[in-house]
Amino acid sequence: MADLKSDFVGIKSPNPFWLASAPPTDKEYNVRRAFDAGWGGVVWKTLGLDPHVVNVNGPRYGAVYGADRRLLGLNNIELITDRPLQTNLDEIKVVKRDYPDRAMVVSLMVPCEEEPWKYILPLVEDTGADGVELNFGCPHGMSERGMGSAVGQVPEYIEMVTRWVKANTRMPVIVKLTPNITDIRQPAGAAMRGGADAVSLINTINSITSVDLDLFAPEPTIDGKGAHGGYCGPAVKPIALNMVAEIARSPDLQGLPVSGIGGITTWRDAAEFMALGAGNVQVCTAAMTYGFKIVQEMISGLSDYMDSKGMTSVDEIVGRAVPNVTDWNQLNLNYVAKATINQDLCISCGRCFAACEDTSHQAIAMSDDRTFTVIDDECVACNLCVNVCPVEDCITMEQMAPGTTDPRTGKVVEPEYANWTTHPNNPAAKAAE
Amino acid sequence: MAQDVFTPGIVPGRLEPGEYDSHFSDLHPRLDDHAALVAADRCYFCHDAPCITACPTDIDIPLFIRQIATGTPDAAAKTILSQNIMGGMCARVCPTEQLCEEACVREKAEGKPVLIGQLQRYATDHLQEQGIHPFVRAASTGRKIAVVGAGPAGLSCAHRLAMHGHDVVVFDARPRPGGLNEYGIASYKTVEGFAAAEVDWLLQIGGIEIRTGVALGREETLAGLRDQYDAVFLGMGLGGVNALRVEGEDKDGILDAVDFIADLRQAGDVATLPVGRDVVVIGGGMTAIDAAVQSKLLGALNVTLVYRRGRDRMNASVYEQDLAASRGVRIVTSAMPVGVTGNGAVREIEFSYVDADMKPTGETLRLAADQVLKAIGQTLEGEGLPALDGGKIAVDAVGRTSVDGVWAGGDCASGGDDLTVTAVAEGRDAAMDIHASLTAG
Repeated sequence: MADLKSDFVGIKSPNPFWLASAPPTDKEYNVRRAFDAGWGGVVWKTLGLDPHVVNVNGPRYGAVYGADRRLLGLNNIELITDRPLQTNLDEIKVVKRDYPDRAMVVSLMVPCEEEPWKYILPLVEDTGADGVELNFGCPHGMSERGMGSAVGQVPEYIEMVTRWVKANTRMPVIVKLTPNITDIRQPAGAAMRGGADAVSLINTINSITSVDLDLFAPEPTIDGKGAHGGYCGPAVKPIALNMVAEIARSPDLQGLPVSGIGGITTWRDAAEFMALGAGNVQVCTAAMTYGFKIVQEMISGLSDYMDSKGMTSVDEIVGRAVPNVTDWNQLNLNYVAKATINQDLCISCGRCFAACEDTSHQAIAMSDDRTFTVIDDECVACNLCVNVCPVEDCITMEQMAPGTTDPRTGKVVEPEYANWTTHPNNPAAKAAE
Repeated sequence: MAQDVFTPGIVPGRLEPGEYDSHFSDLHPRLDDHAALVAADRCYFCHDAPCITACPTDIDIPLFIRQIATGTPDAAAKTILSQNIMGGMCARVCPTEQLCEEACVREKAEGKPVLIGQLQRYATDHLQEQGIHPFVRAASTGRKIAVVGAGPAGLSCAHRLAMHGHDVVVFDARPRPGGLNEYGIASYKTVEGFAAAEVDWLLQIGGIEIRTGVALGREETLAGLRDQYDAVFLGMGLGGVNALRVEGEDKDGILDAVDFIADLRQAGDVATLPVGRDVVVIGGGMTAIDAAVQSKLLGALNVTLVYRRGRDRMNASVYEQDLAASRGVRIVTSAMPVGVTGNGAVREIEFSYVDADMKPTGETLRLAADQVLKAIGQTLEGEGLPALDGGKIAVDAVGRTSVDGVWAGGDCASGGDDLTVTAVAEGRDAAMDIHASLTAG
């Protein structure tokens, strides 16, 4: 079994799976249960100044479901901790004392002035916590008060606050970024300039999950009204992966550690974030959906994967896929593939046919006995049939060997790499010569 | 006076009162809302779905399941009922394991089809229990059509004709409408008077008059109906029963399984129904299974179903065979009855084992029997009928017979497989052809 020990910006934990700052890390009782279940670390639910905030007394969450009510997306309008600051500090201290090998990071959100930061940081240091995470991400409620994503959406504020924090603590500082911006590299760069030890992303995405069609009100509905909340869960994973990769491959941001967050549900999700550059990962919705025990699958899964790859440290995964993230104009246009349907696995549902015939390239034939076959003359290898097929590995994309002729274009598949920058249809191609 | 399962002879009250209720309760209780949503989520919404092809009434199954999944079960019911007006009964009695569910791609993928039959019942019950009839009768055409037989074929035909504005009179020899739905299906498949409720619901379309106690060849003749009506649909089913043709067949205790089932269906209290201690059912179809299982449920000690051919030739589905076995019915195959012994009443029945060519092997089987139920097929009865084919009224694809202006469908007509759902389809299709004929030009 591979050793999963993690060292993220000097914060050590027995595995790279942390619980993100959120309801599961709101108090001692939960965090003890999390550590007993095997989580490597937690980011304690965001602390603020007293008087503490209050939450709504109606529903805080809204959901998007897949088949069988599998929770795919969760939206929340919960604010930062609604308990007194000292209560949280006391609990953090005893938990860290009792679980010294686990990572204890404390999330913070105070007004955008230096004094409050100067005030709260020593209190956190006194708990023995391993680090702080600056919550510049929450898109709901706190942002209306000039905190959370209201800070995270202004790079100058991020840099300024980060600098204050670094000046007032010896602890590692992680800046949590909001995805509710256009270019994630801007806030990440600001955090880096401010001296952040790392960034964590993504925080939740502004969202309305659904509308009650009887009340004509957004969900979750509080007395007939609804406010936008923060969206998370498996549905946001692709957005998060892209943002992590954007930072990882940015020349300006080299060396900026990333803690990956966003819909991580299984060991595989975690490994994907790490392969795109995340040094560790933070989980929330999966734990809220299934309980803390899921970490056992994440531990065994990542360990088995590393064993199968001959890896002995989680750091060997980190960033491994980053060199393969590129721009569209660098993709090899001489790479030609065709869909292939495995008739032994096919259950003849015909979804590939419906998808291709109605919405794509009419490249799948259907016989009277419901045998579905790919018409290579028409197939552009778009992958839609693979995506809609309910049977894993039934439809695959097979590369055409160089030298063979693509029946769709009548052209021989060239062995050489060639991308858009030199393509004759590219008006800019000649100018570049 | 207490009777129990060991009491010899044909007696009622072999069980404790509470046992009857559990024995004759719904075989497949309706899915609740949650179970229906879970089941609906398994549907892949296949293209040109194989389940539709497998359904004799061509119900758009993926569409109605999607309508259930999206919280509109009444829309789902309308999708079902627009193709099959007896979708409620078919959801209960269709051998789905041989039709839609056998064709389901998830049967192929995982050996577990989507629960199409149960989802269909969920939707149709949801609509019908509100008393909603989602179809509207067209303006009257002034045309009158006679339908003979108030079973699935006749009622399906009548509903479709009425919907198109024709006036329909449905004749049935029995005291109540419904045909085999009312008289011929095992109780546990259609509990709480569903068959009668479905007929009442169906008649809400208007324009349909039911005349019970009227039989063709008794109170009415085909020639007479042709004179009085613009078209005639024959859907009277098979009124005759095949005989065993063995010595001693007339002894007491030997009766037709269809009568046994009809008595059971019409009984107010099944505890009053007498049943033998040692029951032998002869036959291999659904009727034989229904009679055998219900004998057992009534408290018979030993029930043996004997079929003359191999198990693979039984008309009863494997599901039905397994149901019988699970209820304690012993199934014997490749054995033909050769003699009945007993002094006045049957005491024992003797079988000869036969090979695949129906030749006796020399082996015999003697079964104690105080009750013998014959379920070896029904026959068409009646005179002056249109031309026959294989003992049934010859029809073309839309139900036209050899006689101008006379259509036929259901069990009395050639083709088909004597299923409720097939009868509904044939009645519907004949109605559409009658409508086209009457409105042509």
